[in-house]
Amino acid sequence: MNRSFKIDRKFVPLLATVGLFTIGYILGAIKYPGMARPQTFFNLFIDNAFLLIAATGLTLVIISGGIDLSVGAVIALTSVVAADLMENVGLSSLVVMPLMLLMGAAFGALMGGIIHYFKVQPFIVTLAGMFFARGMAFFVSLDAITITDPIYRSLSLARIHLIGKAFVSVHVIVAFVVLAVFMYLAHLTRFGRTVYAMGGNEQSARLMGLNVGRTKVMVYTLGGFCSALAGLVFSNNLLSGHGLYANGLEMEAIAAVIIGGTLLTGGVGYVFGTMFGVLVNGLIQVLIIFNGELSSWWTRIVIGLLTLVFILVQSTFTSWQRRQAGIRPTRKRSDAVATTSDGAVVPDTPTS
Amino acid sequence: MAESDQVILTMTGISRAFPGVQALQDVDFNLRRGEIHALMGENGAGKSTLIKVLTGVEAPDTGVINLDGKEVQVKSPQHAQDLGISTVYQEINLCPNLTVAENILIGREPRRAGRIDWKRMNAEAREILLRLDVDIDVTRTLGSYSVAIQQMAAIARALEIASAKILILDEPTSSLDAYETSQLFGVMRKLKSQGTAVIFITHFIDQVYEIADRITVLRNGKLVGVYDTAALTHLELISNMLGRNLVELENVSKSRTRRAQSFSSEPLMQARELGSTGAIEPFDLDLYAGEVVGLAGLLGSGRTEIASLLFGIDKPDHGTLTYDGAVVRKYSPLASIARGVALSPEDRKAAGIVEDLSVRENIVLAMQASRGWFRFLSSAKQTEIADKYIKLLNIVTPSPEQPVKNLSGGNQQKVILARWLATNPQLLILDEPTRGIDVGAKAEIQKLVVALAEEGKACIFISSELDEVLRCSDRVVVLRDQEKITELAGDEMNETLIMQTIAGS
Repeated sequence: MNRSFKIDRKFVPLLATVGLFTIGYILGAIKYPGMARPQTFFNLFIDNAFLLIAATGLTLVIISGGIDLSVGAVIALTSVVAADLMENVGLSSLVVMPLMLLMGAAFGALMGGIIHYFKVQPFIVTLAGMFFARGMAFFVSLDAITITDPIYRSLSLARIHLIGKAFVSVHVIVAFVVLAVFMYLAHLTRFGRTVYAMGGNEQSARLMGLNVGRTKVMVYTLGGFCSALAGLVFSNNLLSGHGLYANGLEMEAIAAVIIGGTLLTGGVGYVFGTMFGVLVNGLIQVLIIFNGELSSWWTRIVIGLLTLVFILVQSTFTSWQRRQAGIRPTRKRSDAVATTSDGAVVPDTPTS
Repeated sequence: MAESDQVILTMTGISRAFPGVQALQDVDFNLRRGEIHALMGENGAGKSTLIKVLTGVEAPDTGVINLDGKEVQVKSPQHAQDLGISTVYQEINLCPNLTVAENILIGREPRRAGRIDWKRMNAEAREILLRLDVDIDVTRTLGSYSVAIQQMAAIARALEIASAKILILDEPTSSLDAYETSQLFGVMRKLKSQGTAVIFITHFIDQVYEIADRITVLRNGKLVGVYDTAALTHLELISNMLGRNLVELENVSKSRTRRAQSFSSEPLMQARELGSTGAIEPFDLDLYAGEVVGLAGLLGSGRTEIASLLFGIDKPDHGTLTYDGAVVRKYSPLASIARGVALSPEDRKAAGIVEDLSVRENIVLAMQASRGWFRFLSSAKQTEIADKYIKLLNIVTPSPEQPVKNLSGGNQQKVILARWLATNPQLLILDEPTRGIDVGAKAEIQKLVVALAEEGKACIFISSELDEVLRCSDRVVVLRDQEKITELAGDEMNETLIMQTIAGS
């Protein structure tokens, strides 16, 4: 663990985000004393637990070199199907919740399978998945369904007191468990390191004898699982399900992942950083609320600018690092791609 | 036989065909314990395919592989590794974003209670590298190190993960400098003394003589022969690779008619001390309108690198280039096209034609680019241009609307030529324009090149086939190991002298 905290150039983007959040919060607390209250701080986590869960799953997908656009739609689908099963079918929430997680994981596995076995771009497959899931949500119900399941309601209202009267919801605990599990997966298991290797260079990862196919399917399965879990948290928060929920949330999640220091091109990033990406997003919302005059759309504008800045910083950072190593742009000799004598490129390993 | 105890690998009668080409035909290969065995041949000789068969990337159509006396069928690269066959590729197949330690050990990392033991992994990786006399911080990312170090890490991985009995080094030295190369050779000798069999693929003749025990030469998918390095002269090796018999060469008719030479007095393009580190040593070159200059040398000798510099794909870090009296400051293909320079690239499929576009679209592509995208050519005009060049170059196609991928290699090449001719270039750089096309088409293209020069264009003609270079060129620049060695003209232009120059004897 101590390895990930040693200061190294590669941690610069992550530290920048942590610093940005800390300074932003301290400055906010000085200007608006209400922000200094522990509960305000905890509310950041309570309000963004579902986003944190979704973004955590997405982090691994992005590190693997992929993308998942279906996050928001799966959240909506989960909320609707869960509400429908509880209210209209009459199943207990204790049955429905694992069922939803299974559905999310299966949905992710299906997308991952298509991406891997049919060599289709993740962007396309998950875009299709997004439309499908959003459409299915409205197929199940056009209107919002209110959830009355007693266990579900008590889960929603449960408070866990930390400091004095300040509390967090069950959702925050769930989000932190997910975060911890994913940090463990990413940094301390072969599966996690394979994800990084794939993101760095998939062809190399394959030639190094790593099980790229299984890992890829697994990454999207976990992504789908996280989306479904985020969907449960989301619907538990609102105690209802609707196909319109979490519209465009995948974009917010992607922004959080990038602001958290993960390279959109894959291979580099930290699950831990994603938490700060989510917190920065939350912080801006809090600042706007405390300000009271700015429109809430400013959140989007600031997040947009931050995402842009982070992408630019990362790309200059990467090219700088490359220059440091004195690596020339790789020149592919034509025979390196196994050109036969008629110039026909021999199909090496199919590239997508 | 004591000899056979030594043999660790035999490949017998290996054949492999790809659509339209016999990449390997009945090739035999054997490897002994503790030897460094060079595998040599020009482009398309079948080296890569042979290695792919051995490492399980391609299955052979026919043939038997015997490893350690047992017949094996290598099913996948993973399977090859399990069998103890490891490959280090020229483009290092590691992950630059992971640490050096991970790159060496991933897939077999030390674990404790299911989780990766980073401490032990770093210690192990360090120790493995120290055995190769490489002392670096293994916790830094691989991408932050030089290519040479990355190569060492790749070798370390090959040795460690597969506990390789056979190590294949595919052009490991092409991006290393002299010191790094000697470091690598040190490692290779060490492995050899430990009994590892090393297959060494390279284009550097000197390096082969420095380190290899035996040499297997392939040409056009066939085995030319297996030789003890000590018993093979440089010249014999090169004539084996190029397929020119020395005696036959002596008899090449000297009656070849030279074209009347009427070059302009001012060079069209002039390179002075132009060079790019790691690609081509600084060279001087004058090009006059109306002449064809051939570049001769083995693959990797710097032919393509010169073309890349002159066309502005690569930027020189040394020297100056003058075009039409003005010093070139902007190196980019677009600027070159604007100046009137055209390049037909070596790898037709990857860098030349756009397969799914029609013949017409491919022909007008460069012309449209040089006109700017907002001055469209009317479709009637496009068809007219396409028809003109289809007729002029004798391109065999049912119609100008035929997708280029449906044409034969020779006709595809002509389409690329047509594309550049349509822009009316002053200098045409042709990198292997006749590779992989049939004899008739070859002759047509050669004729065309000469005709273009007679029209007053300057041409640079790059080819692995010496007779072709000689037939087309007025002057020949000879390259060896990324360096311009000499320039031959007139009576000096004969295959024997060129081959001797390439061989460095």
